[in-house]
Amino acid sequence: MKESLAKFLQYKWSQVILFTVFVAVSSAALFFSQKSVTAFLLLLSSLLVLHYMKLKNVTKWIIALGLLFILIPLASSGGPAFQSYMDVATMVGIYVSMALGLNIVVGMAGLLDLGFVAFFAVGAYSYSIFATPQAANFMPFGTYPLGGESFWIFLIIGGVVAAIAGVLIGIPVLRVKGDYLAIVTLGFGEIIRILFNNADKPVNITGGAMGIASVTPPEIFGIPLIFPNQFYFVTLVILIFTIFTVLRLERSKLGRSWKAVRENEIAAQAMGIPLVKTKLLAFALGASFSGMMGVVFAAKQAFIDPTSFTLLESFTILVMVVLGGMGSVPGVILGAAVITILNLQVLTELATWVNQLSFSGIISIPEALSPAKMQKFIFGALLVAFALYRPKGLIPAKNKIFDEKRLKETQAHSDMNATDQKKMQS
Amino acid sequence: MSILEVTNLTKKFGGLTANQDVTMNIEAGSITAVIGPNGAGKTTFFNMITGVYQPTSGDIKLEGKSLLGLKPDEVAKRGISRTFQNIRLFGEMSVIENVLVGMHIGLKTGLLGIFLNLPTTKKEELLAEKEAYRLLEHFELAPFLNEKACNLSYGAQRKLEIARALATKPKLLLLDEPAAGMNPAETRELTEIIKNMGKEFNVSVLLIEHDMKLVMEISEHIFVLDHGEKIAEGNPEEIRTNTKVIEAYLGSGAVQTV
Repeated sequence: MKESLAKFLQYKWSQVILFTVFVAVSSAALFFSQKSVTAFLLLLSSLLVLHYMKLKNVTKWIIALGLLFILIPLASSGGPAFQSYMDVATMVGIYVSMALGLNIVVGMAGLLDLGFVAFFAVGAYSYSIFATPQAANFMPFGTYPLGGESFWIFLIIGGVVAAIAGVLIGIPVLRVKGDYLAIVTLGFGEIIRILFNNADKPVNITGGAMGIASVTPPEIFGIPLIFPNQFYFVTLVILIFTIFTVLRLERSKLGRSWKAVRENEIAAQAMGIPLVKTKLLAFALGASFSGMMGVVFAAKQAFIDPTSFTLLESFTILVMVVLGGMGSVPGVILGAAVITILNLQVLTELATWVNQLSFSGIISIPEALSPAKMQKFIFGALLVAFALYRPKGLIPAKNKIFDEKRLKETQAHSDMNATDQKKMQS
Repeated sequence: MSILEVTNLTKKFGGLTANQDVTMNIEAGSITAVIGPNGAGKTTFFNMITGVYQPTSGDIKLEGKSLLGLKPDEVAKRGISRTFQNIRLFGEMSVIENVLVGMHIGLKTGLLGIFLNLPTTKKEELLAEKEAYRLLEHFELAPFLNEKACNLSYGAQRKLEIARALATKPKLLLLDEPAAGMNPAETRELTEIIKNMGKEFNVSVLLIEHDMKLVMEISEHIFVLDHGEKIAEGNPEEIRTNTKVIEAYLGSGAVQTV
C-alpha cells in the first residue's frame, strides 16, 4: 500500500491533479471563510509544494506567477481580512527580497554581516526625506515634497544609494575577517541607525527620534497607492526582478568568484580574483536589493523612525538566511517567508488565542509570557535546533548540475545547438 | 631564453632570514625543481614569486617585467599560476566549477552582460565550460564533474588543483609538493602528466618536491636551497654528486663515507 502510494506520487500527472485539488480547496476555504489564517498559509505553502514537483522550470514559474498575481489576491479578497492578508504578503515580499540580498553577502561570499538593516534604512530614508517637506530644510533648490510619481525613480535611487553605502562601509570593514567582520558590521549598522536618530540637529534632515510622518504615497497613472493590496503588486514585481537577478548572479562568473572567495581566499586570489573588488561588489549588490525594498517599506508604512531599523531586524534577516539555507536561493525565500509569517501571523494569532483563554478564565498566563513577546526566544531556539539537526538549512544550497553531453560536443555542433536553443526560446 | 629571472631575492621575517640573496634563471619551456630540507625557505620563495609576500630586497622578472609590488591576483593575470602544499580547493563547489574559477581571468563579461544574460556572455560561458571539461578529461576527472571537490580522493584533489591552475593559461606554473601524500601509482601517473605538460599546455614548470625519484626523472634543472640560501644548481646528475647537497640532506658525516 505504502509503495503504491509512493509510486503514485512520483507520477507527474498525479502530482498535478493533487496540486490542483490542494490549491482549489485551500483557495475556496480562504475565499468563503471570514478569516482563516490556516487557509491562507495553506494556499501560500502551495508554492513550496510546487517547488518540489516534477515539472519543467518554465512551467513551474508560470504556475507560480499565476498563483501570486491572480489566485492569491483573488482568493483572499472574499472576507473582511483581505487587507490584512495582503499586508502580510507584502511584508513577506519585502523580507524575502532583503534576505536574498543578505544571502549574496553571507551565503555566497561568506562575509558575516550583522548590520544589514542599515541599507534598508538608507533606502527608506532616501525616499521619506524627499517625499515629505523634510527635504526643504536643507535642500537649496526644488519644491518638496516630491510628487508620488517620483517613487518609481526612487526605487532605483534607493538601490543605488544603498549600494554606495555598502561600498563606503565595506572599504574599512573588509580589512578584517570572520568574527571580527561580524562585530565591525554590527557596529556600523548601529552607527547608521544612531546617525538617523540624531540627524535632526543642527539641520533637521531625518526628523530624529520623531521619525518622518505622512510620506507621500506612490502614484501610478494619477492613482495614488494607499492600500496593502496595491503595494502587494508593487512588491511582487520588484521581488520577481530580485529573484531573477540573484539567480543570474549565482550562475555567473561573479557568483563563482564569490563562492571561491568564501571557500578559500588565498586560492581564489591565486586564480586571479581580486579580493577587495569582489567582496565590495557583494556588499554593494546585496545592499541595493535591501535599499530598494526600503523605499517600498517607507511608502507602504507612510511613517518611518529609527526604531524600525534596530539590531533585532538585522538578526531577523540573518536568521531567515541561516534557517532557509545559506547560499540557497529557494531556501532563503522559504526561510524569509516562514520567519515573517511566524512573526506577523502565527505569533499574533497565538497571542490572541491565549488572551481569549485567559480572559475566559481557563488558564492564566502572565502578560510577559505572551507568545507575541517570545520572538527572540523562538529565534534563538530555532537557530540552536537548526545548528544541531539541519546545519545546511531547510533547502540546502545545491551546485549547478552541468550536462556532460552538452560539454562533450565539438565546436561545430555547439554552434548549431546555440541556434536551436534560440529557436526554442523565441 | 629565460622566462623568470630572480636576482638577489631576500626575505626577512623580523630577525629570521627566510631567503638570502637567491638568484635563479628559469628557462622557457623547461621543468625546473627547487629542492632542499624542511625549512629551507622553498615555500617562502614561491610565495614571493606569486605576490603573497613582498621581498625585503631583490627583484623578480617575468619575461623581463618586474613583478614587485603586485598582488597575487595581478601576478596571476601576468601569467603565473600555482598549486598549494596543503590542498586549497573550493571544497563545496563542484569539480568543474573549480576549473571554471581558474578561467576567471579569461572571461571578459561585465555586470551588464550578467544581468541581461547577453548572447556574448552565454557564448563565452559555454566555451569556458567546454574548455573546462576538456581539461578535466585530460586529467581523467571528467566522470566527477558534478561532484563536490571535497569528496574527491586525495590524489584526484591534487590533480584537480593542477587542472585549475592550468585553466588560468599560465606561462609559468608553480607546483608546491605535487606528489605529497600520493601513493606510488598516483605518483607515477603524476610524473607522466608533468613531463608532458610543457608541450601540451605550452607552459614552463617550477616545482618544489621531496620525492627525489620524481625530481630526478623529470627536471632538466635543479636548484638546491638550504637555510634560505642557494647552495647548488645544475642538472640532476650534477646535483646527485654535489657534496654540499649531500651534506645539507644527510650531514657532514655522510660526505666522508661517499
